Amino acid sequence: MSTASVTPARQQAGALAEGAVRRFGDRVVLDHLDLTIAGEELVVLLGPSGCGKTTLLRLLAGLDRPDGGTVEVPARRAVVFQGDRLLPWQRALPNVTLGLHGPDAGQRARDALAAVGLAGRERAWPKELSGGEAQRVALARALVSRPELVLLDEPFAALDAITRRRMHGLVRALRRQYRAAMLLVTHDVDEAIALADRIVVMSQGRIDRSHPVTLSAADREASVSREDLRAALLADLGLANQH
Amino acid sequence: MTETNPDPLIAEAKFGQADFSAETTAGPAPTLSPATGALAPARAREVFVAAGARRASAFSRWRRRLSWPLGIYTTPVVILIIWEILAEAGVLGPTVAPAPTAIARTAAQLWRQGVLGPDLAISLRRAAIGLALGLSIGIVMGVIGGLLSSGEHVFNGVVQIFNTIPILAILPLFIVWFGIGELPKVLIIAFGAFVPMYLNLFAAIRGIDQRLVEMARTTGAGRWRLVTRVIFPGAMPGFLVGLRFSLAYSILGLVAAETVNANSGIGFLITNGQTYLQTTQVFVGLVIYAILGLLADQFVRLLQRVLLQWRPSYEAS
Repeated sequence: MSTASVTPARQQAGALAEGAVRRFGDRVVLDHLDLTIAGEELVVLLGPSGCGKTTLLRLLAGLDRPDGGTVEVPARRAVVFQGDRLLPWQRALPNVTLGLHGPDAGQRARDALAAVGLAGRERAWPKELSGGEAQRVALARALVSRPELVLLDEPFAALDAITRRRMHGLVRALRRQYRAAMLLVTHDVDEAIALADRIVVMSQGRIDRSHPVTLSAADREASVSREDLRAALLADLGLANQH
Repeated sequence: MTETNPDPLIAEAKFGQADFSAETTAGPAPTLSPATGALAPARAREVFVAAGARRASAFSRWRRRLSWPLGIYTTPVVILIIWEILAEAGVLGPTVAPAPTAIARTAAQLWRQGVLGPDLAISLRRAAIGLALGLSIGIVMGVIGGLLSSGEHVFNGVVQIFNTIPILAILPLFIVWFGIGELPKVLIIAFGAFVPMYLNLFAAIRGIDQRLVEMARTTGAGRWRLVTRVIFPGAMPGFLVGLRFSLAYSILGLVAAETVNANSGIGFLITNGQTYLQTTQVFVGLVIYAILGLLADQFVRLLQRVLLQWRPSYEAS
């Protein structure tokens, strides 16, 4: 990360993208995009496939550099990728401790595995884990370093509907425990409503609309205001008359 | 990273025995379809049951008995038996191909005479020194070439050129340069071991899944962790392929070095046997080379079983 410039921080917590530009050849994927994430806020980034969601997430993760504008993120951040990306040659526990140092690394990793409901599976090989279990190990690996910002790139897209609902519950529980700002990228409107403090909709390389979600847990499951929000989101995505 | 060479990374095909049985049955006899009232054609159906539950056919029992105790050595053993029978029957003359039992007798005799033991020890010592030298250089250069693009630019071209030169063609040059002592023999073995190790290790390191490297960077793992926990274990399968080739080529180098200008070693035993028309002695040397090659191969297979137990393909073995 040699090109990370040391400019005065604009914000104490969360993440900030100002006028972020990202180009691939002639194609402008991010066009002067602005996004602010407050500390401990869970923002869901919604948009159709190929609209640049992952590109933005990679900028915030520090995996790519912007071609214009600034991106400011905490140094302690973690990414949960679309696939589990576990090292197949390491058992579950060393997969979690990959970036950890210090004498208590093993214990912290054990705690993180317990927090995602995998206590006792420390010595399992990745090939022995189900898709949901592997993704939970990936979640533990992200959270174990106590990051201030967690970036989740369609983390549950490859899971079945039942497992995905369980994972939503897990994410809600982990938020209370770990108190990090989160950005979750998805194309699933129901997932967005289930989890978000705020839903931002992306189109043509910019954040188009922003919907704060203040519903209670029960209202997120079923309520009139949930349906209103869902309709508004589908309209933003250009799917208003298609469901 | 400018270019990656898809080099002799030979994928190992593992032909596992399918342990389920598929019994294609003809299905029920043609029945009258209620919808059309016409004669519906019988559709092929497949029934899968647990391996133990099926009634073993005579053929499958015969096949299992045939393949069970000997494994991959089934064919060699069959050939040995046929060879023995043909030799005893006088079809193969003793100067053409002496019987396996005669070869074993000669080997025991040579051992008792104190010829075979020292020759074998000398050959093994040459192979060990040459291998150690070639593998060390191959591993060090492979790691540097794999991790650094500058290393690739320095080493790759020259090793590619080495790769196209047959080991037997360098031998005369080595004799001119280093005389007929132990040095050219060890160097030729080292050369044989070095080239495949470098090429396979280089290709293995460059072939690591970049998504895993990217993931490791996001966890805050430093360069040391990245190399030791992601890149080296990820390159292990390719390394073992390289090791296998290295061992095979070093034995080839051993044969080449010992057959020309040697006055001790297994190769000398063979040349000696050739000179005095002792075909049995020639065969003793060949058998020892074969056993060395086989042991080397088994050693790598054992390493694979231990080091690659994380791989799904090794679950069944």
